[in-house]
Amino acid sequence: MLSSYLGYYSLILGFIFSIWLLFYSFVSLNNKNTSLKKNIILILFLQLFTVLLSFLSLIYSFVISDFSNETVYNNSHTTKPLFYKISGTWGNHEGSLLLWLLVLTLFIFLFIFKSKNQPTKYKLLTLFFQQIIILGFFLFLLLTSSPFNFLFPIPNEGLGLNPILQDPALAIHPPILYLGYVGSSIIFSASLAALVQKNINANWANHIKKWIFAAWIFLTLGIMLGSIWAYYELGWGGFWFWDPVENVSLMPWLCLTALLHTIVMLEKRLILQSWTLILSIATFTFSMSGTFLVRSGILNSVHTFANDPERGIFILIFLFVLISLSLIIFFFYQTKELSEKKIFWLSKETAILVNNWFMMYFLSVVLIGTTYPIFLEVITNEKISVGPPFYHKLFIPFLIPFLIFMAIGPKLKWIKQDYKKIKIQQFGFFILSFLIAYLIIQKTSAEYLFTTILIAAALYLFFITIGEFLKKNYNFAQNISHFGFSLFILSVLFNSLFSSEFSANMKIGEELKFKNGLIKFNKIETFNEKNYKSIIADFDIVDRKDTITLNPEIRIYNQPNILTSEADIKSSLFSDKFLVINLLKGEHLFNVRYQNKPFMIWIWISILLLVFGGLAGFVKKYK
Amino acid sequence: MKKKIIYLLLVLLLIFIFTVFLKGLYKPNLYTPSQTSNKNLIEFSGKDLFSDIEITSQQLTSSKKFTIINIWASWCAPCRLEHPILMDLSKNPNLNLVGLNYKDKSESAKKFIYERGNPFSNILVDNNGIISIELGAYGIPETFIINSNTKIIKKYIGPLTNKSFKEIEKIIN
Amino acid sequence: MKFFKFILIIILSFFILQKNLIANDNSILINKISKNLRCLICQGQSIYDSQSDFAISMKLIIKKKIEEGNSEKKIYQYLKNQYGEWIVYDPELNKKTIFLWLFPLILFAFGGLLIFRKVFIN
Repeated sequence: MLSSYLGYYSLILGFIFSIWLLFYSFVSLNNKNTSLKKNIILILFLQLFTVLLSFLSLIYSFVISDFSNETVYNNSHTTKPLFYKISGTWGNHEGSLLLWLLVLTLFIFLFIFKSKNQPTKYKLLTLFFQQIIILGFFLFLLLTSSPFNFLFPIPNEGLGLNPILQDPALAIHPPILYLGYVGSSIIFSASLAALVQKNINANWANHIKKWIFAAWIFLTLGIMLGSIWAYYELGWGGFWFWDPVENVSLMPWLCLTALLHTIVMLEKRLILQSWTLILSIATFTFSMSGTFLVRSGILNSVHTFANDPERGIFILIFLFVLISLSLIIFFFYQTKELSEKKIFWLSKETAILVNNWFMMYFLSVVLIGTTYPIFLEVITNEKISVGPPFYHKLFIPFLIPFLIFMAIGPKLKWIKQDYKKIKIQQFGFFILSFLIAYLIIQKTSAEYLFTTILIAAALYLFFITIGEFLKKNYNFAQNISHFGFSLFILSVLFNSLFSSEFSANMKIGEELKFKNGLIKFNKIETFNEKNYKSIIADFDIVDRKDTITLNPEIRIYNQPNILTSEADIKSSLFSDKFLVINLLKGEHLFNVRYQNKPFMIWIWISILLLVFGGLAGFVKKYK
Repeated sequence: MKKKIIYLLLVLLLIFIFTVFLKGLYKPNLYTPSQTSNKNLIEFSGKDLFSDIEITSQQLTSSKKFTIINIWASWCAPCRLEHPILMDLSKNPNLNLVGLNYKDKSESAKKFIYERGNPFSNILVDNNGIISIELGAYGIPETFIINSNTKIIKKYIGPLTNKSFKEIEKIIN
Repeated sequence: MKFFKFILIIILSFFILQKNLIANDNSILINKISKNLRCLICQGQSIYDSQSDFAISMKLIIKKKIEEGNSEKKIYQYLKNQYGEWIVYDPELNKKTIFLWLFPLILFAFGGLLIFRKVFIN
């Protein structure tokens, strides 16, 4: 009870600080002062501190199962293990918003702290814009989504947290993802500030680059964690469903990746300032739109949070206020580029332009695929579904030239590449890739011409990047990431080509044959755990030369009363063996689904390589 | 000038998008299947729960002016709630009330009927749910109102209520 | 360099020689179709993924229809007639969806045009 009061009033105090900061930064813009007043940093710290205090008191309420707090009541239960009581704090709408606010206040504090060498006016402007965002979130929390509402009479027990959310990957997925989203908010504010200051130059690019890299690393990791959770926990063996909530995190990622490439170009050659700005604004807009789409109830998905139109309206208005603000500032402060620098067709600049071109295309596919059903339904009252086949058809053909450009692009010089110097070696790799791809497709009887060429293109990138490692002078960060990407495409392709599955309804003691193997249902054992009853099945599987034992589980939770199916997965470098069972209604049979999924682990390894490259880029210091 | 046109277009686009999303917020996002349709009842047949005789949909729809098919099961809680309404409906001479027993054990289904009364002229068994899906059902309980031309004129998803009872009465009388 | 390529080819050939697990042909088609269908009583799952009653019954219907000799397209058509277009995840190309498919491609062409102007003209 007390912690809720503490949390609430702490939040109010933070709100007051945020208003102060907003006005103070605006007023200081006209001052002649050349340095930032010390008390701004102090108030920034206090703003962060009050929000942190609020967040900690919410965690505390969850830990002690204080059901006088409505959010705790709705999302927790006394029998939940401690780790999930804590992570349950941000596993709901109100708590996750408080986490957003915490990360927002943390990042602006860090930004001001770490930007000591930047011009004061620029810092004040960034602060001003960022505080608008922070204020918006404060208002949203306090007016529509307070995590500190009281319940009376105090219930004895809570409603519990959905058991599929009780998973370690899912516990850290939101914080990491939010670090990425909030990172993009700083980039947004700093870009608008630089625009107003008219100092979008190499210096600024170098300074903002670190923030772009940091946001990108977190966003990539966050999305990966969500996929890992889906694969291990949801029991369907898939890791990406083109679900609206997933798409909504992919859109800012695509924007941010394009921005990452553009900022490097801006630093080196000082071109495309306007486009860089547009990308910065767009990245954050997509982050915010994502927030709108998943919390407003406008979308139909497994992941959606609260279905509350009122909250949706608030975010929608907030979002459009921010976009309008950016547009207005862009309109008034945008100047023509100082020099119309020419871009030679065979150069690294063109390669980066091409990268952006494709990224924007992929982004438009995801954006249109996700929002089209909404538009169609509002305008014509017709409902259609846009699912994986749409995305596959529009992505895959374009991946082929994209991969090839990715292989060639980094090899081009800045400004101008002398095409007489292109080596024959390049073509050698090309042909080798085709041969291997052809052999692979032949053996699988997959009919698609595209798949062959796609594998060839991915292999080409793969070989080229490996080749780079063997050279003396190369860009480590870039090469690791591009290599990681080629590995990612290859793993996903081989995984989908060579995956196989067998499913049947089996009873205990039964043994069934399938092509290349045998599956034996030995026995089941039941256990009583803290908050669920567990039915663990024992299976022996013979799959080609491997004999393994798998123990899939069915859990019957008490609060909420849900049945979940936990797959047993044995991972190795070569393949994952995946077994999941389901109870069949009214019979003594279990539905058994066994999958052999080659190269699954390489999918995760390749994304980690991608992130590692980003990390290398983040810490890189120029001579 | 060109710049101003672009900005104007952008603003208009934004207003359009804003309006669409605003309206979209108020559309229900759970499936709301069409409650009325103009489809004809497909032909099907199934074994009667008690007599074990194979009965066709033709036989079921040809006896009275209206036929009502109600999909239920003994393990379905809302089905228990709507049972009294079905009992009331069965008294109407204009209609042939038929039950479709969905994914149920025959002993449990029979027990359900013995304990609460039988409103149905026939109960067909749908062990694997195929007949229900072919009818276009989403789950249970679900009730279909069919006229003498074997057209499905109304469908109720979920248990029947007093309100739906009154609506049905209006249609069949 | 050559040795390196050689090793790669060996490793890849090893994986190529793996065969598929599936026992019967129909199940591949059933899986393909059910992955393309939306489970109408779930929030965003396909028939393939879902274990709900609706999904299980639906899988049986698909199996039955395949055994009766219906083509994949016919099965989708049948289900669309019953439940509406939104049960199928692959939006077919028709009046309603033409912009869905065209917009990204138009944007791609537009982007290409911009780059072409920037690089080759001026």
